[in-house]
Amino acid sequence: MLDPYKVREDFPILKRKINGHPLIYFDNAATSQKPKQVIEAVKDYYENHNANVHRAIHTLSQEASQLYEDAHEEVAKFINAKSVEETIFLRGTTEAINLVAYSLGHHALKKDDEVVVTLMEHHSIIIPWEIVSKARGFKLRYADINPDGTLDYEVLEKTITDKTKIVCFSHVSNVTGVVNDVKRIARVAHEHGALVLVDGAQSVPHMPIDIRDLDVDFFAFSGHKMLAPTGIGVLYGKRSVLQQMEPFQGGGEMIKDVSFDLKSRRCSISWNDLPWKFEAGTPNISGGIGLLEAVRYLKKLGMENVKAHEFMLTEYAMKRLQECAKVVIYGPKDPSGKSGIIPFGVEDLSSHDVALFLDNYGIMVRSGFHCAQPLHKTMKLQSSARASFYVYNTCEEIDRFVEVLKEASQF
Amino acid sequence: MGVVDDYVARIEGTCGEEKDVIVIFKYDRKDEAVRKILEKAKLRKSIANMIFELTFKDISFRVYASGKAIFRGLKSKDELRNLLSELLQ
Repeated sequence: MLDPYKVREDFPILKRKINGHPLIYFDNAATSQKPKQVIEAVKDYYENHNANVHRAIHTLSQEASQLYEDAHEEVAKFINAKSVEETIFLRGTTEAINLVAYSLGHHALKKDDEVVVTLMEHHSIIIPWEIVSKARGFKLRYADINPDGTLDYEVLEKTITDKTKIVCFSHVSNVTGVVNDVKRIARVAHEHGALVLVDGAQSVPHMPIDIRDLDVDFFAFSGHKMLAPTGIGVLYGKRSVLQQMEPFQGGGEMIKDVSFDLKSRRCSISWNDLPWKFEAGTPNISGGIGLLEAVRYLKKLGMENVKAHEFMLTEYAMKRLQECAKVVIYGPKDPSGKSGIIPFGVEDLSSHDVALFLDNYGIMVRSGFHCAQPLHKTMKLQSSARASFYVYNTCEEIDRFVEVLKEASQF
Repeated sequence: MGVVDDYVARIEGTCGEEKDVIVIFKYDRKDEAVRKILEKAKLRKSIANMIFELTFKDISFRVYASGKAIFRGLKSKDELRNLLSELLQ
């Protein structure tokens, strides 16, 4: 079992008071707080090992390279990837999805090809595919979802045809917290010869992930939602698929050889080995080292324990929220099949009113569309407030949250 | 610098169909800003002297003792700035 009170000792920010009240941080779906182990690892890198990675033979560069490569290794093991070649470090989930959309969209997809997404998705899925499909002329198809924000599997499966080349969807909705059946969708997509790209931003931080068991071709996630610094994220890609893909960005680090031909006056280029082929330029070394430490921290807690703790919090919060007459929980009301995300509203108050009210009492929640405007439209919501939990949250914090919401309901 | 810039740190448009606008007062002047607004606007409701529902020139809005205010239904940023300017004079 995970002891959140012991965990909290590692998070300096949780000692803060906001507006005279102890900080209650329920905006973990946006970003997580950072434990001192991660903060120290980044500090130690800058104080003792700072250098650019790869292709320098001096000691500092060797140390930095080793740490950065250890991070790839640790992440690969964390998600059970076959090898380190399959874990590309990028800025985050958004850049990872853009990599796939731009690389495949510009080099592999043809006019009659189709990409399938759903109306549940975060804008980080919708926008890259909108941009690239418009530029390249292939078709982008949206699968309708149920009014409660859950996937309609039958509709999605019918939308996937032999014309579909890529199916792209989130593992866990960043609005409703609903956990999608990745294996089921991947199986159908593969039967039609399509590749599968999954946004794992809301799943990797919160549950054990076995990428080989899920059998997806790409899986994207962000470090900052799983205790690591901002600006570092991961694209998992099957080695066989990544090898066939063209790079997304060009520059140093991602090439093996650049030779200038005097006759044609052009350069011929050979790409670097995986994963470096997709990591152009100086990478976010300190972010990678922070991610290494974050993964070690989560492994120590045990991802099954993390999942169980969040389920307990979600179940408790949903039960307590139902005591508040004017509070409405959006999406599925059953906590099973959900991660630790609860979208909600208070009658007669906008989501921003609710967020400001809670902020006044030191409680941080998010309000608005959460970068998922089409999903809100489907659910007929003007916007929503969202509480999202993590390893350091407690039932006492939920009690306080409910108490303040009851007060807000009287307004 | 006008009076609005003296007191206001940021004005944030929100996402959501409601199109609310959040005003964040400068931390060191928030108490003064809230006091001035309370003097000028009509108080309709308050909770524990921390959250105030107010009206001024037929526009209703809420001010929080934490130094934030939420406005809705305004046509433009200029309208908001003019309103704030009067409230903070």
